[in-house]
Amino acid sequence: MTGDPLWSIFVNACLINNFVLAYFLGICPFLGVSGKLATAARMGGAVIFVMLVSSICAFGINQLLTAIGAPYLRLISFIAVIASTVQLVEMFIKKVSPTLFRSLGIFLPLITTNCAILGLALFQTNKGFSFVECIAYALGAGVGFTLALMLIAGLREKLELAAIPNVVRGTALSLMLAGILSIAFMGFAGLGG
Amino acid sequence: MATNPALAESSSTDEFIKGLWRENPVFVQVLGMCPVLAVSNTARNALAMGLATLFVLVMSNAAISSLRNFIPKQVRIATFILIIATFVTVVDFAIQAISLDLHKALGAFIALIVVNCLILGRAEAFASKNPVGRSIMDGLGMGLGFTFGLFCLGAVREILGSGSLFGVQLFHDDFQIWVVMILPSGGFFTLAAWLLVFNAYSERKARRLAGGEEVAE
Repeated sequence: MTGDPLWSIFVNACLINNFVLAYFLGICPFLGVSGKLATAARMGGAVIFVMLVSSICAFGINQLLTAIGAPYLRLISFIAVIASTVQLVEMFIKKVSPTLFRSLGIFLPLITTNCAILGLALFQTNKGFSFVECIAYALGAGVGFTLALMLIAGLREKLELAAIPNVVRGTALSLMLAGILSIAFMGFAGLGG
Repeated sequence: MATNPALAESSSTDEFIKGLWRENPVFVQVLGMCPVLAVSNTARNALAMGLATLFVLVMSNAAISSLRNFIPKQVRIATFILIIATFVTVVDFAIQAISLDLHKALGAFIALIVVNCLILGRAEAFASKNPVGRSIMDGLGMGLGFTFGLFCLGAVREILGSGSLFGVQLFHDDFQIWVVMILPSGGFFTLAAWLLVFNAYSERKARRLAGGEEVAE
């Protein structure tokens, strides 16, 4: 328990300390799948979902590991749990909604190596959040990730049509956009938290 | 001069050299960007992070390569991640024992070496198919290339953002520091600038190789 109100945890994770733009977590998918707005939105949805599930699992695991006095197993168990959660979620979605599975398909396995997910599990443990706070934190982080991803995807779609020198095209351009967005997000620092 | 990557009989020196320059993980492959951007606000942090990654990369490459005939194909990714996580735990505790300050500065990013796509990428693309010796050379080369990239970023950000290098003051007191460089956005900008330098360099080289013809802009 930290005693902060839940909305402040949510806003903090979503805007002030945005996972992508302030902590640099999940840069790979951020640069990889931010070419189109529609794909970015789908990827964001998948990440929010996996974040919620793995945050709940990580909370349980941490309780268990603390109870048996083996905190050095934390990292290994977290990553094993995240990998298997992603696998389970994949099978579940495949069974329940093949349409959703087809549209998410390729992104689900990619999420395993998304450091934002593992980062979330580690941060919530370090901060000593309670169960409800963990959920607010996971939701905020997921929404923040989706927001950043969609913002940059929108910008990149517009830039497709602009005349840009060849050297700047590609990753360098996306990084510059991310830098400018990151400056913009610093403006949220005054919002509570 | 350029060696064919498809050539199976490349020497182990070659495996070492390629990670340093031709396939540099930071500037050419753009892999493992999260730690690169996050801990490169000072040269010291960048160097420590690079060395930690180097250790994990070499050890996991060696372990995976020596186990490559025993790991079943279907569960190989999960096995790789568990092997990597083991070495990361070792590094995490080692840094905590050596320097608590450093451990605090790097924070959760030591633990996040586990999901560095560079390490998993080398395990899958190289160590799981090649003998131990060459895998170690590959890990060394890639790790040093990664450290070099991190250091380039960290040095620029520290010089401009704090006016110092390794904590040693470089400028007169009047020097106006660029605060933005040590903030998160500075990381994005610096990496973008380095990528521009590399792009411009390789484009010029490609143009020269094309026979010196003037390519229309």
